[in-house]
Amino acid sequence: MTKKKHPQRPSRPLYDNPVSKWIDKRLPVFTFIRHSLDEYPTPKNLNWLWNGGSLAGITLLIMIISGITLGMHYNPDPADAFNSIERIMRDVNYGWLIRYIHVNGASFFFILVYLHMFRSMYYGSYKAPRELLWIVGVLILLLMMATAFMGYVLPWGQMSFWGAKVITNLFSAIPVFGDSIVQWLLGGPNVDAPTLHRFFVLHYLLPFLIVAFVAIHLICLHQFGSNNPSGVEVKKSEDQIPFHPYYTVKDLYGLTIYLLVFAGFVFFAPNFFMEAVNYNPANPLVTPPHIAPEWYFLPFYAILRSFPDKLGGVIGMFSAVSVLFFLPWLDRSKIKSAAYRPMFRPLFWVFILNCLILGWIGQKPPQGWYLIIGRLATLYYFAHFLIILPVVGWLERPLTVPSSISEYCKREHNRRKK
Amino acid sequence: MTEKKNKKNLHTRRDFLKLTAGAVGSVGALSAVWPFMDSMNPAADTLAQASIEVDLTEIPEGSGKTVLWQGTPIFVRHRTPKEIEEAEKTPLKQLIDPETDKARVQRPEWLVVVGVCTHLGCVPLGQKPTDPRGDCGGWLCPCHGSQYDTSGRVCHGPAPTNLPIPPYRFVDDNTIKIGVTDD
Ligand code: HEM
Ligand code: FES
Repeated sequence: MTKKKHPQRPSRPLYDNPVSKWIDKRLPVFTFIRHSLDEYPTPKNLNWLWNGGSLAGITLLIMIISGITLGMHYNPDPADAFNSIERIMRDVNYGWLIRYIHVNGASFFFILVYLHMFRSMYYGSYKAPRELLWIVGVLILLLMMATAFMGYVLPWGQMSFWGAKVITNLFSAIPVFGDSIVQWLLGGPNVDAPTLHRFFVLHYLLPFLIVAFVAIHLICLHQFGSNNPSGVEVKKSEDQIPFHPYYTVKDLYGLTIYLLVFAGFVFFAPNFFMEAVNYNPANPLVTPPHIAPEWYFLPFYAILRSFPDKLGGVIGMFSAVSVLFFLPWLDRSKIKSAAYRPMFRPLFWVFILNCLILGWIGQKPPQGWYLIIGRLATLYYFAHFLIILPVVGWLERPLTVPSSISEYCKREHNRRKK
Repeated sequence: MTEKKNKKNLHTRRDFLKLTAGAVGSVGALSAVWPFMDSMNPAADTLAQASIEVDLTEIPEGSGKTVLWQGTPIFVRHRTPKEIEEAEKTPLKQLIDPETDKARVQRPEWLVVVGVCTHLGCVPLGQKPTDPRGDCGGWLCPCHGSQYDTSGRVCHGPAPTNLPIPPYRFVDDNTIKIGVTDD
């Protein structure tokens, strides 16, 4: 194939016919499409981790479509909620498929978004000028957590009920107003019909808020374009390629692989991520012997339980997420990609390991060694952000960063040939 | 890579790949859409809704009773000998949707029809002898003025067809079961 230095797109019929032109003058949709597909310059060296964002967006769409169809059959009444879910599984045409898509989709969504975040951490994508992009991302994460939590309550199984109880009771740790806040959240003295009804309404609403925040996320992204594995900003036209067809095709290819794996779970291991206890209807009189949240909350749950004090635990858990807001300023290094940061790179992997340890501890009883390991891991989690990142940025002697993306590509090419 | 184009610039290897990939992708997308659409059709338990029994001794001659079967009103009318005679005598030529009275009843005293106007779905009046029944003595629809005779056949538009007959059978002389034919 011949290489073009400045890829130029020919005008295409989509934009050139009189109808498109008429519409575009009044509502510049075609200008927008052209801008984001044809003209939007993208670094030429993005790796597979940059597929995460588009996959997350498609998963969000899948969640909304499957959620709306489930909502047509679900009944948010404590007397019927559990039964209406079982009816979806047995009687509604393809109800089993739609429910398993929704349930597994939630887990896949978190897998993608956590990968997306770790990618951004490894390549320093949160640094200037993409701080707001990152902050909007953290807001999306918070919205996703709230949505997932309330969705889990809807089937009104044992875990749903007791999860709702424990999580809403976190707010009772707030001094003075705690109890009134919990009552306000629940709509009564206990988790009951008013709670279930409002959780359903909010669970339906929040995903659309997420859509709005994703739009803001993308506006932020398009302001400066994507970061890339070199961490060096685009400098000349050789550094970049148009989004379409190069990344549309790559995103589509990634999508087919992703959907294959997703379908594998939906059809062959649909209950892999689920708790068997939640197939028991909610019983307000009996707490199940072993209570654990969904896997994606486990690290935060471990942090909650590591504190000996009720208020401390709650503050600790919320801080574990909020500290992410400050990440762009806690990391003092100007170098973005971990590839050129000899001290940060191993510490990044230690941080990942520590997150996995927290997740493992989150499903163990908070006793004996588990408690001690959990406390150390919690301490390390905060130390990573509050001590290690600022200090490393100051101590570290970075490797020589390539002068441009094209220079990076030459280096990579030579490295692979060897 | 060699990409040979013929004179018309058509049928390159790439065109072939684009077309086949696009076709397979569209089939996949369409088959993924189907389960979501089908989930909005009636569910198995909705279709399997039970039949109901109606006690006929409660219905005096000349009136009807309206019962709900699968969410639909059903008229069970106890006809007087005069009403039966009128229904049987009506010349078919005069009817919008010609059908003999015999074909519409199992026992002449009892007329069982779906109580939903075939125009746009309102429930016609005429179950009580004091209700307005229109010129043909059966039912009068309050919505747009359709009229039905004592056999539930439309005798005045805009309704296009007769009131349909639901599946039912006599359990004994005083009871019918709606929703089943014979078992
Ligand atoms: C609903 C969830 C989300 C969606 C749909 C989404 C979507 C996207 C998309 C399409 C991109 C560009 C492609 C890519 O870089 O992969 C992107 C980039 C980015 N996202 Fe997200 N995102 C989500 C959540 C988050 C979260 C939770 C964070 C961080 C807390 C985050 C931080 C970032 C950053 C920093 C970038 C720029 C990466 C770079 O250019 O190197 N996103 N996002
Ligand atoms: S619905 Fe009965 S006449 Fe129109």
